[in-house]
Amino acid sequence: MDNKIKSMFSPIRAWKYLMRTPVTIAKKDIFVNPREASERYRGFHQNDMTKCIGCGTCSEICPTAAINLVPVEGIVHEDGKLDERPAFDYGRCSFCGLCVDICTSDSLNMSKEYLHLSIDADSFYFMPDSSGIHKTSAKVGYTRDEISELLDLVRQEMQHEDESRRSSFIEIVKGYAALDAKNEAARCVACGICTNTCPANMHIPEYIRAVFDEDLKEGIRQIYKTNPLANVCGRICTHKCETVCAIGHRGEPVAIRWLKRYIVDNADATDYNDAAQESVTAPVNGKVAVVGSGPAGLSCAYYLRTLGYEVVVFESQALPGGVIRYGGPQYRLPEESVLKDIGVIENAGVTFKCSTKVGVDITLDELRDSFDAVFLGTGFSLSRPLKIPGYDHEDVQYAIPFLAQTRDYIREIGPMPDVAEKVTVIGGGNVAFDVARTLIRLQEIKYGKSFVQMASLEDSEHLPADLEELEEGLEEGLHGYFAYGPMAVKVEDGKIKGLEVKKVLSIFDEEGRFNPSYDEHDVKLLESSQVYMAIGQMPEYAYFNDEMRDELLTKRGQIAVTDGGQVESYPWLFAGGDIVRGPDIINGVATGHDSAKAIDNYLQSKK
Amino acid sequence: MKEVKLFLGPQHPGMHGNYSVHMYVDGDMINKARPTPGFLHRGFEKVMERRLWMGNLALIPRICVVEPDINEMVYAMGIEALSGIEVPERAHWIRMMVLELGRLAIHMMGLGGIGGPTGMYTATYWGIAQRDLILDLFEKLTGARIYHMYIVPGGVRKDLPENFLEDVLKVVDDLEKKLPEFEQLILKHPIIHARIKDNIMLPAEVVWELGVTGIGMRSATGVQNDLRKVKPYARYDQVEFDVPTGTYSDGLSRMNIKYAEMFQSIRIIRQIIEKMPKSGPVRAKMSTGSALRWTVPAGMVYTAVESSRGEYGYFIVSDGGEYPYRIAVRGASFAQGLLGIEKYLPGHRIDDASLWMDTMGVCSPEIDR
Ligand code: SF4
Ligand code: SF4
Repeated sequence: MDNKIKSMFSPIRAWKYLMRTPVTIAKKDIFVNPREASERYRGFHQNDMTKCIGCGTCSEICPTAAINLVPVEGIVHEDGKLDERPAFDYGRCSFCGLCVDICTSDSLNMSKEYLHLSIDADSFYFMPDSSGIHKTSAKVGYTRDEISELLDLVRQEMQHEDESRRSSFIEIVKGYAALDAKNEAARCVACGICTNTCPANMHIPEYIRAVFDEDLKEGIRQIYKTNPLANVCGRICTHKCETVCAIGHRGEPVAIRWLKRYIVDNADATDYNDAAQESVTAPVNGKVAVVGSGPAGLSCAYYLRTLGYEVVVFESQALPGGVIRYGGPQYRLPEESVLKDIGVIENAGVTFKCSTKVGVDITLDELRDSFDAVFLGTGFSLSRPLKIPGYDHEDVQYAIPFLAQTRDYIREIGPMPDVAEKVTVIGGGNVAFDVARTLIRLQEIKYGKSFVQMASLEDSEHLPADLEELEEGLEEGLHGYFAYGPMAVKVEDGKIKGLEVKKVLSIFDEEGRFNPSYDEHDVKLLESSQVYMAIGQMPEYAYFNDEMRDELLTKRGQIAVTDGGQVESYPWLFAGGDIVRGPDIINGVATGHDSAKAIDNYLQSKK
Repeated sequence: MKEVKLFLGPQHPGMHGNYSVHMYVDGDMINKARPTPGFLHRGFEKVMERRLWMGNLALIPRICVVEPDINEMVYAMGIEALSGIEVPERAHWIRMMVLELGRLAIHMMGLGGIGGPTGMYTATYWGIAQRDLILDLFEKLTGARIYHMYIVPGGVRKDLPENFLEDVLKVVDDLEKKLPEFEQLILKHPIIHARIKDNIMLPAEVVWELGVTGIGMRSATGVQNDLRKVKPYARYDQVEFDVPTGTYSDGLSRMNIKYAEMFQSIRIIRQIIEKMPKSGPVRAKMSTGSALRWTVPAGMVYTAVESSRGEYGYFIVSDGGEYPYRIAVRGASFAQGLLGIEKYLPGHRIDDASLWMDTMGVCSPEIDR
């Protein structure tokens, strides 16, 4: 065979390999002069501890359960972050890098380090920071890019009514369709940072999961564990949860509020009622009076019913609901939603005594005598005036009565508010926008056109109002004068001529105190025949006697309470909502719930 | 005459020995052979049912260590079929390149690996060193040398790094130049020749009987059954290549076909570099939401690719949820590796047992999954 003949020369042929560069690395070089791994090398992890928010998403995706979230010394609690950080077990890690691809905060990468020798097995389990496994600031290897991205950073679009909406009070946001809701729910990584931040600690990941699972009954069940005003909060909550949402670090936060709304809008009526009434029990534990039927009062009343108390709610207005009935305008919060929430609470067996003002029709002492405990949730029911020249003119209007009157008008039980053709609103918060946008609608209905100006101290980037209020307001034709401070209501011949404003240079002085400074050369007259003040609200404590008023009220007009809203010197008295924490619906819900639990504790311990 | 029971393995995780063959021998003649799988069993299929669709990416390449990419490919193809995902054009070509580089790597290892059972370790060292150059490419492209986790449902995980195609060309040019040396060193080596020529036969009847696919089938039956040709996936229908076959399947002819296939892979890779779109998307999203919630529509599908050892397939069942309902892997060497050993290893000598496994193309992890 010629093969055999050829093979005679085989040994010689091998000699040429002496000349070739070896492909192997000499042993002496392995440690001193190691080969550098490729740019994408998936070596040991690196985690930027200042960026990491402890969301645990890396641990969730990890197919080998190699990541544990553990407490870290020196990490102080920050809102929007969880307190634990990921530790990696290289006895389990498969170096897949999926954790890097999904890291919400962009803190996690892999390094080019691939060599670690130790007889100490524990050294393979550690919490990486940016210095790598050998604390030698290793070079970065594998990182995520938009192709390897495992999060969904873009929100499902929400349908809105178009511009023609400004001539009616039709609800603007149309709500998600089933598929949109499911897709939006699929973006959630269930880290729970939102739950921590939500004043009511709502079970957010759980109800979002229910949307994903198309199990809306479970969604209702999860929502009612902490919030009986889901229809309201699903629409007008200030959604602090979305501000801290982990997805928001690199993309658009999950539309938590709209998902809540999706659940309550779409759950089957029977399922809804069954889930909401699941934990309501017979009234066997005692009697509690709730003063005020706003969010705090309603929440307290509902949870007291689930704890087995008989509850009577006293409301000064003709209809229950407080701010949700008389405040927020219909285009954001339709009457049906309010009715649905209050309906559940009524069905739970709460009694409402409307048009009954405590302090006038019945005294607090009387309540104390005929109930086991009293909860105060009277809210901020008065508008705060801005005492500039001309403020006492009769055509200067205030947010709270104006919004209440409008709602009665739309409920067709009251007259249309008397709106002028040209108006100016003072304020830059959500309430100011409520007023301005309500005015636009009323003017459109009355005159077929609108002219509403708004003057606020803050510039458009620092408005206290939500961004969407600003955007939608401008869309509807609002004329904004942001960073213009109101100076005087100009009156001529007994009639308002307009609002004089001055350009704001700064709002706070060097010590950080409220002390606006103005550009004296930039003064404008915003012509209008009415001025609406929407700069804030304050509480009304007509029901307190002088002694209580002196004792209980703090400087800011709020009531000082201990945990659960209990008033120290009057243990039978509890308070929640605006008068304890300032105006915010979800704070109301949270404090109402807390007080219900505290009242239960108090009454049980008295037995 | 006394019969002795000998164990071939289990001793080596990753090679033929992690799979034990109990041999009953008389002298050095094997009278009876009992393949004993299970030593490597990591419950892949079962574990996959408890992993997210994306999480399985870390697991599947491990089913066949030396040729991991085929797993990623069939898995992705299955999910794409069930979900109706349109894979971007460029991704098809990149995938094809990965698969052919993978084929070169495993053939290189197979070619070199024959040095082990024949006592010709130079072959092994050379083969492995040459394969390492391909692994360098994988490291650049995917971030890992062995478990690439690069072909993902919907496309590939990242676009090509800078100058990657030039690097690929360099490696395949070099390989092509050196292949004749390997032929000399291995296929024409008198010792190896003597050991596998006219030995370790695979007659056509046995192919049909056991359901052998791949080189085994093609070398014995002359049938050009290569899935890349007969049921093309990726863009195999847009490249030209030949499928070497034969009608006399001994150990040597199967090695020769392996050798010939490497030239075809190089030919394919050159066409890929020339024909692939120069830019464009490389990944379509598999599902909506974050990967924690990715789902696959309910249904079942069987997808298969041509591995170095034959038809390699996944049968995937989804109930519409975030985890696979059931995945069954068709390991290409199941037929010859299990039944084949039991039935046709007897009659060979002890020395030939590992040669038998080598040249038949038996990969125990894919049997023992
Ligand atoms: S690289 Fe993969 S296996 Fe390792 S910790 Fe990250 S997700 Fe887990
Ligand atoms: S996913 Fe990123 S931010 Fe979240 S815990 Fe892990 S490393 Fe930290």
